[in-house]
Amino acid sequence: MHIVVCIKQVPDSAQIRVHPVTNTIMRQGVPTIVNPFDLFALEAAMELRDKFGGEITVLTMGPPAAEDSLRKALTFGADRAVLLTDRVFAGADTLATTYALAAAIHKIGEEYGPPDLIFAGKQTIDGDTAQVGPGIAKRLSVVQLTYVAQITSLDLEARAIEVERRSEGGVQVLRTRLPCLITMLEATNEIRRGGMIDALRAARTDIVKWNAHDAGIADISKCGLKGSPTIVKRVFAPSKREEKAMLVEGADQPVSALIDAIFKRRPNLETE
Amino acid sequence: TKKELPERFKAYKHVWVFIEQERGIVHPVSWELMGAGRRLADKLNVDLAAVIIGPEGEATQQAVAESFCYGADLVYIVSNDLLVDYRNESYTKALTDLVNGYKPEILLLGATTLGRDLAGSVATTLLTGLTADCTELDVDADGSLAATRPTFGGSLLCTIYTLNFRPQMATVRPRVMPMPKRIARPVGRIITHSLGLVEHDIVTKVLDFLPDRNSAKSNLAYADAVVAGGLGLGSAENFQLVHQLASTLGAEYGSSRPLVQKGWVTSDRQIGQTGKTIRPKLYIAAGISGAIQHRVGVEGADLIVAINTDKNAPIFDFAHIGIITDAIHFLPPLIAAFRERLSPHCRDRIAG
Ligand SMILES: Cc1cc2nc3c(=O)[nH]c(=O)nc-3n(C[C@H](O)[C@H](O)[C@H](O)COP(=O)(O)OP(=O)(O)OC[C@H]3O[C@@H](n4cnc5c(N)ncnc54)[C@H](O)[C@@H]3O)c2cc1C
Ligand SMILES: Cc1cc2nc3c(=O)[nH]c(=O)nc-3n(C[C@H](O)[C@H](O)[C@H](O)COP(=O)(O)OP(=O)(O)OC[C@H]3O[C@@H](n4cnc5c(N)ncnc54)[C@H](O)[C@@H]3O)c2cc1C
Repeated sequence: MHIVVCIKQVPDSAQIRVHPVTNTIMRQGVPTIVNPFDLFALEAAMELRDKFGGEITVLTMGPPAAEDSLRKALTFGADRAVLLTDRVFAGADTLATTYALAAAIHKIGEEYGPPDLIFAGKQTIDGDTAQVGPGIAKRLSVVQLTYVAQITSLDLEARAIEVERRSEGGVQVLRTRLPCLITMLEATNEIRRGGMIDALRAARTDIVKWNAHDAGIADISKCGLKGSPTIVKRVFAPSKREEKAMLVEGADQPVSALIDAIFKRRPNLETE
Repeated sequence: TKKELPERFKAYKHVWVFIEQERGIVHPVSWELMGAGRRLADKLNVDLAAVIIGPEGEATQQAVAESFCYGADLVYIVSNDLLVDYRNESYTKALTDLVNGYKPEILLLGATTLGRDLAGSVATTLLTGLTADCTELDVDADGSLAATRPTFGGSLLCTIYTLNFRPQMATVRPRVMPMPKRIARPVGRIITHSLGLVEHDIVTKVLDFLPDRNSAKSNLAYADAVVAGGLGLGSAENFQLVHQLASTLGAEYGSSRPLVQKGWVTSDRQIGQTGKTIRPKLYIAAGISGAIQHRVGVEGADLIVAINTDKNAPIFDFAHIGIITDAIHFLPPLIAAFRERLSPHCRDRIAG
């Protein structure tokens, strides 16, 4: 069995700061991490590999430094890592991103065997669109199963998979055909810590680096900023609320002072 | 730099809202979007259409009728019993066929599990732009959709355009747009389109559907009063105070993210960027610092009350009323006082 897991390197947004004057993101010194949601996907892939054997290829599109996230995935236990990196990919929106990633997955299939499953995270913590998974599936003409909470059965002979998928009002139990694309829900499956063996293997493993040409991308006008129908026109800080909180301080009866303040602001809460 | 819209897109006109229904129930985000769509359509001087995809029968007809009450000028409908359950393949086909056939310039969907699943597929099939989780939608002087969304967890906003492609697609999370008033109106123009699929064409099969237990399901997003607790409460036991205050007020309860990560609270109770957006009349936050990722989920509340020991906590930058005190000692007498003050009747009213 061959599984491709898509991961993205993202800034650790807990530490992101915005420049107070220029309103730009201050990236310098901000540590990067593997998008946390992608680790649930990687763990789900490894659990399937535990049961059925096979190989896991992790794939990321990003700047050369995104290699770090692939190394991390290898130490967690992935077998192979592909870094798709090229200046032509810069500024990609989700449509251009899925064009490039789908081409790379196609190429991975040619080089290392066609994938039975493709995994992605539910969403990222920076772009946070949740559009890349569905986009890749559409580009590769495979079925997509998003927001999967659990993979309940996999039959490689019959080329069938059953999953529990979260929907608004409940859980859908779905069966579909392989290959398919799964985006995993944030779950309880913590990523395992790779052991010594994984660390050693990761250190020995070369990361495959492809540019657009290597990945078999024919039309670079569909990549990066050029291939992106969306355009970011303006970036700005949210307007600050002028009025500061009215503070209930030093009241003898803080409880009734607070309740009075609430009912004064919203009298209808009491009388409505 | 704006080029002229390519010739093939010039026929694209009107604003569409995808009306999401699952198992016969329309998601309220759809009506919120009808309110936003109405404003855009009026500015552009075009029609507002509701798009309804679902099985044949009462519920779908009801959704059609309701769409007119929420401002639709016309309704597009694809109804077929194959559409009884949401499946990406069949719904993507229905919606893309409608778009290709009737050419809207703007298409809005809710950023729900269903809406996000569908929007991503439809936009990729149509090779057009899709702006996710918008908090503001407007049209420019030249008629382009200006879709504004938070970035980096809300510390910045960006306005995104889809200048040279149609339709311009956007999703919006539940509770971000205000709910418009429902006005009784007669059923108007309806355009019916056929699905053009048989069951055999759809690879994915729905084996079962396990509805959430009603008791377990939180109504957090739509509650009129919400009480939430954060790490400042110190323990899962102290979080019971949040429960108690919530039930006294007839409110829903929620929490900041760390409490979910600690397992004190279930994830459907998380409020914020990666949790729920709420829009209550009253929001009480106890022991929550007010990080930007939390703030973006609660800013729509009419009245925000913060209880925090630290007078410099960022939550006081956006709360309306703050009380600088230890929540663990403050909540029990507050609960008792509210109990006395509110008759059971009032409580029901706050709970709405
Ligand atoms: C602030 C901001 C706002 C943006 N808004 C939009 C927008 O509204 N519409 C739009 O089209 N684009 C938008 N973009 C661009 C978009 O973020 C990029 O196209 C990005 O490469 C992928 O989108 P995402 O981060 O939203 O991923 P998501 O769609 O949230 O990611 C889902 C999963 O896809 C996989 N994945 C995503 N990116 C990669 C990658 N580079 N390599 C490997 N796997 C990956 C991961 O498994 C991930 O968990 C925005 C970017 C920023 C920084
Ligand atoms: C990608 C990403 C997404 C995120 N999404 C969300 C999200 O959706 N929702 C969310 O909430 N967070 C989210 N976060 C986390 C967010 O950044 C904050 O870490 C989190 O909101 C802090 O939770 P808190 O306020 O409960 O805890 P803290 O920040 O630790 O604050 C505790 C507060 O309690 C006060 N306090 C201490 N003792 C007492 C007492 N006895 N009585 C009263 N006050 C007391 C302290 O002064 C302090 O202000 C996200 C983070 C990231 C990186």
